Amino acid sequence: METKLPKLVRISIVGLGNVGRGVAEVIRRKQEEITRKYGIDLKIVGVADLPGAVVDENGLSEDAITKFKSGETAEDMTTLDMIKDVEHEIVVETTPTNVENGGPGLTHIITALESDRHVVTSNKGPLALQYGKLMDLATSRGKELKFEASVGGAMPIISLIKDNLAGNGIISIKGILNGTCNYILTRMREEKLPYEHVLKEAQERGIAETDPSNDVAGRDTAVKLVILANSIFDRNVSYKDVEVAGITEITLEALKLADDAGYVIKLIGEVDGGGSSGECLKVAPRLVPKDDPLNVEGTLNVATIKTDLAGDITVIGKGAGPIEAASAVLSDIIGIYM
Amino acid sequence: MKISMDIELTDIPGQLVLALKPVSDLGGNILSVLHQRDKKTPSGRIPVQLTLEIGEQGLNRLVERLKERDVNVVRIGKERLKESMMVLLIGHIVHTDLGETIDSIDSTGFAEVVELSLSMPGVDKKSSASVTLSAIGKEELKEALNILERTVNKKGIMIIPSI
Repeated sequence: METKLPKLVRISIVGLGNVGRGVAEVIRRKQEEITRKYGIDLKIVGVADLPGAVVDENGLSEDAITKFKSGETAEDMTTLDMIKDVEHEIVVETTPTNVENGGPGLTHIITALESDRHVVTSNKGPLALQYGKLMDLATSRGKELKFEASVGGAMPIISLIKDNLAGNGIISIKGILNGTCNYILTRMREEKLPYEHVLKEAQERGIAETDPSNDVAGRDTAVKLVILANSIFDRNVSYKDVEVAGITEITLEALKLADDAGYVIKLIGEVDGGGSSGECLKVAPRLVPKDDPLNVEGTLNVATIKTDLAGDITVIGKGAGPIEAASAVLSDIIGIYM
Repeated sequence: MKISMDIELTDIPGQLVLALKPVSDLGGNILSVLHQRDKKTPSGRIPVQLTLEIGEQGLNRLVERLKERDVNVVRIGKERLKESMMVLLIGHIVHTDLGETIDSIDSTGFAEVVELSLSMPGVDKKSSASVTLSAIGKEELKEALNILERTVNKKGIMIIPSI
């Protein structure tokens, strides 16, 4: 019997925050299983963060990554030099989102594609700002740019539509794409506590950031909608095209009035194909009937995809968390070789 | 707009013509008349079902004229407002002229505010309200929502429609 050697896939991780470390952990945890199931041998040959990069062509150990992160070991080179000069196949870009100018993530992705490497990213900024340009660059280089983790965390939506629903026309997508807002609205309704109180609780539990404005003002949801509008509906829109309202004005009385009439209030992002079918690209609190599949609680994310053949498809999943986001990154990595 | 109407006539000759004449006088158009001479109400009147097309203003005057002619109007096509939706409002709802906000819908002739619940936690605090809009059709309901959105946006009131 012929035994085939697994294909070596060398990876670098740029950005060692929660998601980046989560990716390193799931690759370590799942390595054997992935080799057995998919015939690919994943090896992390470099990691980079603010101070620079550390590399090892034989694969970095957990210990080496931890030491680099804590600043105990000196860096070998700059991030961009690592992306350009270290031989590897995939750059995993997990630096924080910057929707103003794309931040360093934009440069990382461009450099990686120009160095003929595939890119898998959770970073929303570069995609929201330069989607068309980045996809064109990837195509011209014959490389893949994948970004499932950028929308809905572990909840599959991009590949669900592109792969499983291939052949369907997608009419619209609407859903809850921000777990922090969902948590706050859920707790306000359940515990009858005012917004400020629940926000503080969410911050103490690490569900809301110290500066929660990106989430509660609806900006995070808006950026994800832009990614969906451009990648699923081929629209050429940017953040400023989104009509955005957040949840900061929601009162307990409004939640009670909604409840009495059989509704809950959720922060809903909605996007459609534009053109004659409408021009919807908006984030706003909406009334959701209690028996609607979009009524999910806590930090969960949900999306209903309206299609021309399959009807309505609704997916629910964990929108945030390092391992959950890493799950989406990992499936993108494997997807490149399937 | 198209409405249906149940009226009751006194049981003497010429009453039907008397009841129908104001419709055309007011620019309305009679679509059907169901007149069953052998049926009588307990009070001895003759029931007639009308379907007609007439404007909102015309309808109000028609009802007045029918009353003047001793015709009982027992029902005006309630089902004409077939589509409904609820929206929430948050903001200074009362102090930005609630009456005018409601009028912006009621004056359309094709939609009405049929229910309103108001919650006012304190004088300086924002109020919340649930408003049920009804309209004669889906398109009209959508238009009514657009009108309400424009009206409350000008007043700095947040509107939360259903999905």
